[in-house]
Amino acid sequence: MSRIKEFNLPDLGEGLTEGEILAWLVKVGDDIELNQPIVEVETAKAAVEIPAKWAGRVQAIFHPEGSTVEVGVPIIAIDTDPNAGPIEESTTAAPASDLPAPSAASLAAVEVAPAEGMVEPGLIGGVAPGGRTAVLVGYGPRNAPAKRRPRKGDVPAQPAAPVQAAAPAAPAPAAPAPVAPVPATAVNGNGRVSGPVLAKPPVRKLAKDLGIDLATLTGSGPLGSITREDVQRAASATATAAEPQPVAAPAASAASFGADREQRIPVKGVRKLTAENTARSAFTAPHVTEFLTVDVTRAMKALDRLRDRREWRDVRVSPLLLVAKAVLLAVKRYPMVNSTWAGDEIVVKEYVNLGIAAATERGLIVPNIKDAGRLSLRELADAMTELVQTAKSGKTSPADMSGGTLTITNVGVFGVDTGTPILPPGESAILAFGAVREQPWVHKGKVKPRLVTTLGLSFDHRIIDGELGSKFLRDIGDFLADPEAALLAWT
Amino acid sequence: MAKGDPGAATRSKRAAPRTRRAAATGEPELVQLLTPEGERIESALGPDGTEYRVDFTDEEYRGLYRDLVLVRKLDAEATALQRQGELGLWASLLGQEAAQVGSGRALRTQDMAFPTYREHGVLYCRGIDPIMPLGLFRGVDQGGWDPNEFKFNMYTIVIGAQTLHATGYAMGVAMDGKTGGEDGEAVIAYFGDGATSQGDVNESFVWASVFNAPLVFFCQNNQYAISEPLERQTRVPLYRRAGGFGFPGVRVDGNDVLASYAVTRHALDNARNGQGPSLIEAYTYRMGAHTTSDDPTRYRIASEVEAWQAKDPIARMKAFLTKQKIADESFFTAVDEQARTESVHLRERVLAMPDPQPVTMFDHVYPNGSPELDEQRARFTQYMESFEGSAH
Repeated sequence: MSRIKEFNLPDLGEGLTEGEILAWLVKVGDDIELNQPIVEVETAKAAVEIPAKWAGRVQAIFHPEGSTVEVGVPIIAIDTDPNAGPIEESTTAAPASDLPAPSAASLAAVEVAPAEGMVEPGLIGGVAPGGRTAVLVGYGPRNAPAKRRPRKGDVPAQPAAPVQAAAPAAPAPAAPAPVAPVPATAVNGNGRVSGPVLAKPPVRKLAKDLGIDLATLTGSGPLGSITREDVQRAASATATAAEPQPVAAPAASAASFGADREQRIPVKGVRKLTAENTARSAFTAPHVTEFLTVDVTRAMKALDRLRDRREWRDVRVSPLLLVAKAVLLAVKRYPMVNSTWAGDEIVVKEYVNLGIAAATERGLIVPNIKDAGRLSLRELADAMTELVQTAKSGKTSPADMSGGTLTITNVGVFGVDTGTPILPPGESAILAFGAVREQPWVHKGKVKPRLVTTLGLSFDHRIIDGELGSKFLRDIGDFLADPEAALLAWT
Repeated sequence: MAKGDPGAATRSKRAAPRTRRAAATGEPELVQLLTPEGERIESALGPDGTEYRVDFTDEEYRGLYRDLVLVRKLDAEATALQRQGELGLWASLLGQEAAQVGSGRALRTQDMAFPTYREHGVLYCRGIDPIMPLGLFRGVDQGGWDPNEFKFNMYTIVIGAQTLHATGYAMGVAMDGKTGGEDGEAVIAYFGDGATSQGDVNESFVWASVFNAPLVFFCQNNQYAISEPLERQTRVPLYRRAGGFGFPGVRVDGNDVLASYAVTRHALDNARNGQGPSLIEAYTYRMGAHTTSDDPTRYRIASEVEAWQAKDPIARMKAFLTKQKIADESFFTAVDEQARTESVHLRERVLAMPDPQPVTMFDHVYPNGSPELDEQRARFTQYMESFEGSAH
């Protein structure tokens, strides 16, 4: 009797489809107890620890930290009787790395717990690679190819693909099995662009049960909706055709410009959000961008003096801190830049939630410092340090990212001079802070090497005209050119 | 409550006789009989001058402790089962054990309870198999227990709706002439602090009050309506709202199983004797998430949770039992072992629950069916049978 059990990522909320592995709390070879926390997973709703379902020894971990896993996909294999000697099936050869794909052999060794092991009767293919098992609660992982249940009276001619996939001799996939293989029928035959498909719920259910992708059908019902007859016609067509999908074999050695040399990355998570936000902002707010090059030598010296002070010894002091201060002071002088276009009115905010764009492993995120205008320089420095650390560790909460009113993007850290930033939705100004470089500069009538940077300010022309935007940018520049004088003059 | 057991005399010696007026405890107006440090307070006065006290035998004290530990452990097992994909959802009672066990044990056999979806501790005290709610949260049945047999209604998911059911039921009890004596029937309605903002709950207050219904409104104020803190629900302590509706209200330390028992028993006895409704605000804290779909770290700070950790209902009971030499280490070990065994047993039974046949979804809609439903069932059966190898 097999003793290796694979644990599938469950639906941790209600109707969630995926989760991100934040941290593994165990490693291969560890002995674990029942209900011992093994992994921390973040979903759209919460970051939670998952307790071990079985006691035993960790046999394999299938997904590294940081990866996003679909619900229903195995994430860990546990040897439930590690002291019973070696495992008969040759899984021992497999895990050279900590992250093997579930191999065919290990799958064969998987014992499916009785309650979840009831393979739906009549289901073609049985357990698919990846150990897909029946769903108990929630809304159902879909990690197996669309399953076709044969209707009574059908010729037992079955679609080729799923059967092959289930054949025990199928080689183990080299990489973790793709989580949502597209059923063969989904490959678009008639060139229709996918979009919302009109069909009544019972028709959708029928199509699902028959393994028909509605997106491939042309509806004959009202408003082009797909009818029961459309689905049944498609089902009988696929049953008789049983066509293997023609895979265009790449020409032997000729340069190919086809799919085999293209990578397709699903758009989701932070990338999706960034795409939506930037596109929305770029095509609704009329952007104007202005530039200003400033000699920041004095400001850099001021920073050095700050660092030397005893009470600032343990504080992280960066040029960005001064830029933030400059922006906050300038906002006080020109409050209109800290506003939102709300259609028939302009909402000018007395508080500044200062966004700092941060490049993280998860992608671009823009957490903000709440009510930054009220913070002292020291408090601002601490807040920025914390914000960056939180962002780097991937623990920025949605609350940290919402409600921003004005943003700084520090593109200088990437070694470029400046940029034309795109406004975060709902904000009307964003400042790009370029690299600080030593450059020839006219200083007191002579060309001297000075520390120089370029600021780029984008603003929403619906609210901010050139005059106001220029004055605001000029003020930021004045502060950075001579912070002490600006502080004396303005505060 | 006096049992006249041999232990009673010695106990009165070791427990310093003192009465504490609720308002004098630092915490606002809180009836407390057992401090977080495990110090026993002989009696406490409610805001209307009612004196609350309990006099348990050693065996009863140990029983309450056992209840608390078992209820917490079974709840933790259910949370783990959800994380492992075996339940669709779970609403944990962690932190609220004393409010539930105290009030649950205060119920007499004939009393009727109307729970929310979190009253696993009360359910346990009513003698219902703790597996029952797990079938509901696993999605394989509708709850499973007989509300009339156990005098414990089905879980209600809709916030506050059960207070209306309870009010109607309690009015019925009064109309049936089942109140007005020691053997009268009382009704208890459970709800949370968030529910007090619902119209249903306020309507229940009105109806229960003007019809003098034998009903105890038991509000577990666990400080959060999912993520919304108490200060977004009320400007006055919740128990004081009762005054505006015309019945008494009292705030009890919901992490004190003894005070929760005393206050609930008193309110129930008043109700069964025909003295109408009352409101109990059990001041407690939800140590875990609202449900397994929630992440409390997004809206509350760790120091707050730690402060409430120090008021843990089980720790104070254990400290009390130890100090008074009512229980020793072997007892605590035995209780832990019993809890472990029962939770493993619970897990095994959950995993063995059969999935229901799809067609059974038509079974419990109407008691005697309906023509339309019968037709739907027939069509669905026909549909299922059109597939090969289908059981239907």
